[in-house]
Amino acid sequence: MSTSAEVRPQVGAPPPEPIKAIPVRHPGRWVAMGVIAVLVAMLVNSVVTNPNWAWDFQLENAFAPPVVRGVLTTLWLTVASMLIGVTLGVILAIMRLSPNPVLSGSAWCYVWVFRGTPVLVQLVIWGNLNSLYREISLGVPFGTALTTFQTRDLIPPIAAALLGLGLNEAAYMSEIIRAGILSVDEGQSEAASALGMSRMQTLRRIVLPQAMRVVVPPTGNETISMLKTTSLVAYVPYVELFFQTSAIGSRTFRPFPMLVTASLWYLAMTSVLMVGQYYIERYYARGSVRELPATPLQKVRMRLSRRGI
Amino acid sequence: MGAGERPMVQAEQVHKWYGRFEVLKGIDLEVAPAEVMCIVGPSGSGKSTFLRCINHLERIHAGRLSVDGHLVGYREKGDKLYEMRDREIARQRLDIGMVFQRFNLFPHMTALQNVMEAPLRAKGEPKHDVRLHALALLERVGLADRADSYPSQLSGGQQQRVAIARALCMRPKLMLFDEPTSALDPELVGEVLDVMRGLAESGMTMIVVTHEMGFAREVGDSLVFMDEGRVVEAGDPREVLTNPQHERTRAFLSKVL
Repeated sequence: MSTSAEVRPQVGAPPPEPIKAIPVRHPGRWVAMGVIAVLVAMLVNSVVTNPNWAWDFQLENAFAPPVVRGVLTTLWLTVASMLIGVTLGVILAIMRLSPNPVLSGSAWCYVWVFRGTPVLVQLVIWGNLNSLYREISLGVPFGTALTTFQTRDLIPPIAAALLGLGLNEAAYMSEIIRAGILSVDEGQSEAASALGMSRMQTLRRIVLPQAMRVVVPPTGNETISMLKTTSLVAYVPYVELFFQTSAIGSRTFRPFPMLVTASLWYLAMTSVLMVGQYYIERYYARGSVRELPATPLQKVRMRLSRRGI
Repeated sequence: MGAGERPMVQAEQVHKWYGRFEVLKGIDLEVAPAEVMCIVGPSGSGKSTFLRCINHLERIHAGRLSVDGHLVGYREKGDKLYEMRDREIARQRLDIGMVFQRFNLFPHMTALQNVMEAPLRAKGEPKHDVRLHALALLERVGLADRADSYPSQLSGGQQQRVAIARALCMRPKLMLFDEPTSALDPELVGEVLDVMRGLAESGMTMIVVTHEMGFAREVGDSLVFMDEGRVVEAGDPREVLTNPQHERTRAFLSKVL
């Protein structure tokens, strides 16, 4: 009785004084901050004072109608190619994991070819397919053709750009989605089959939604990568942001400032994508964490309310 | 079992191999409707494997296994057996509920969505009816107030009770329990066993692989002791537990009781 009374806090006793200790000093952080501040100041100084950056010229051209059109083209090319890539990627991943050896073998071959050759080469091939096949016909295999198209008409530069980017992306996306599907616990599909759900229902309702948590971060990565890869369709040739800024650069004999303009545009667009990715990841985390992490806006609000503002 | 009454589960000389290893070495069992059979035995004795064969999560390699008079996983025409398609197997499983050791709730769905999923998708029942039925079942397992919680917000015992409600929402004729309390903290075992006891009293046919000898004695109509892929001893639970006939049974029970 007396021993247990010792460890029990006494009822009615005032709480002990809060600890007042001198916090650990971090002199290294101050040194690092000083060094970095000097380096940043030097960089800013050179960027502002060196006339070769030509900020006036850049500002003049950054929002010129052809450049803005190029930005829009880059954006929709990214979205469309990713849509093709994800859709085909899901189909390929499901084929690859199918018990049917013909399906899984075909999916393997697809990934082998499209992941194993450079996307630039693929774009050029799609853009110049008419030198390989002048005409494309639909009809009986090895027999008579019912209708015949000129390749040049069937695959204009826009189609070549989409085919090149989308089909290449599908190979990468299928591997990402396959990894996501494999990351879902075996017990999940077992429970679903024990409930009498079919293979496709189990995949669509149970496995894929859980795979999304693993699939979303690398897909965001792929989308950002795709936004920059679209600059390669200039070789198809198809007109997008990089094509336009380069054109202005060569016409005015000032290529360097326009390269900076293009980079700033790409940086702005990828920044927006990163914000979107954050919220998508947060959405698919529901159910796997007890409480969703706060959004940046909520964090700011919490800080402010804590200070009583 | 009354004369002429069809057994709910009938196993005759069921054999199964994993590669060259024989897990089941000729299981003969009969479970009558409304019977509660408990299967006990050391780990690796094949009891979980046998349970999983009953709803064709595992395939048997020899013998006959039927549920409610229908062969599991095969169609019989004349003297030939035909493998069932995935769709037919899925349909067969609609009548058999299963509860797993690790619960296996769908983590991206709330408790209510977990319970409603299969009746909606696999059976295509109208949403309104399924919802009412699911809420009634959650009430029955004592979780009416947790319908909108995600599995990660529930304790192990609560998750397992949702899993039981999920299986019951398919209105099964037979319930299989694969060590339903083995993954639970000791103080949570009771709440799950209480739900199972209520289910047994309502007349459900149940096969329970378990280490809970108290439950087997009180609720079970029959007890099967398995070891090394064979049924060593079977009979009335009180009889087998207090007066085991075989040396292996005696040795096992002396360790767990």
